[in-house]
Amino acid sequence: MDLRKQLHTVPPSVPTASMADIAFLLIIFFMLTTSFSPERTSVQLPESLIQMKVTDQAAIIAITRDEQIRFTSGEEDSVLLSGPEELGLIVKEIIGLVPSKEFVVKADRNVRYEAIDKVLETLRSNGANRIGLLTRPERKVVPAKE
Amino acid sequence: MARKWKAKRKAEVPTASMADVAFLLIVFFMLTAVFTTTQGLRFRFPKDDPTNLNVQPEEAVHIKIIGEGQFVVDRVAMTIEEMGGYIQSKMSQNPDKPVIIQTLPDVPYFVMVDVFDLLKQLEVKNVSIPTESEIERWRQLGVMD
Repeated sequence: MDLRKQLHTVPPSVPTASMADIAFLLIIFFMLTTSFSPERTSVQLPESLIQMKVTDQAAIIAITRDEQIRFTSGEEDSVLLSGPEELGLIVKEIIGLVPSKEFVVKADRNVRYEAIDKVLETLRSNGANRIGLLTRPERKVVPAKE
Repeated sequence: MARKWKAKRKAEVPTASMADVAFLLIVFFMLTAVFTTTQGLRFRFPKDDPTNLNVQPEEAVHIKIIGEGQFVVDRVAMTIEEMGGYIQSKMSQNPDKPVIIQTLPDVPYFVMVDVFDLLKQLEVKNVSIPTESEIERWRQLGVMD
């Protein structure tokens, strides 16, 4: 039996038949895990060690570094507001429909506290009482051994 | 002759480009995926009632944030570490003791979040974040200076 002859009959090839299966599996994974957020304002969030889950259906108030306010009720894309007065009218309307609605403040870490205070005052005076402050997880600083 | 040539070809679905299309879709989804951060700190506002003070400011620990790393706790200037120790000792005496965070308008927001985070780590149950108008009302009532 000529072994060399038998070996030469199999042409060298990369098996690519399962490539499409793997790729489609990854597509399905990404399609299922992607959540399209209505609020995509880019802000640098403050850090905190404590992280509590905020309701998914919460309304989001974004405050940018230059103190611009953007708002979304959680369903449609966020819109730029003229100021806390306009926010007040919207909050009042939402609270009239859903009294337990949660409002989440997504503010830049370096924004002056005055802007936050105005937004919190608007929320409080219009009957909102469930408030969240979005933060990103803080990396624990491990003290160096001496 | 032509018939013979046709019979030689096998019936097949072209799948060579399938992987290309699939990877293109993967790249699209990876680039457009926005990882939403819906984590943070939560609190509740008390019911807005001008006649009823929900927090007794004179009994509470009063933290005044006057700048980055500058805190006045019950009229004593402290660092954040000293403040942690002070609050902890107060909480061991009375776990329900309210803590008021007052932040001056020009202080960056993250300083207030740091303090709020510290209080949550120390498991302070009763944290109050009054707004400027509430503090003004407390001043008028003479319960806060």
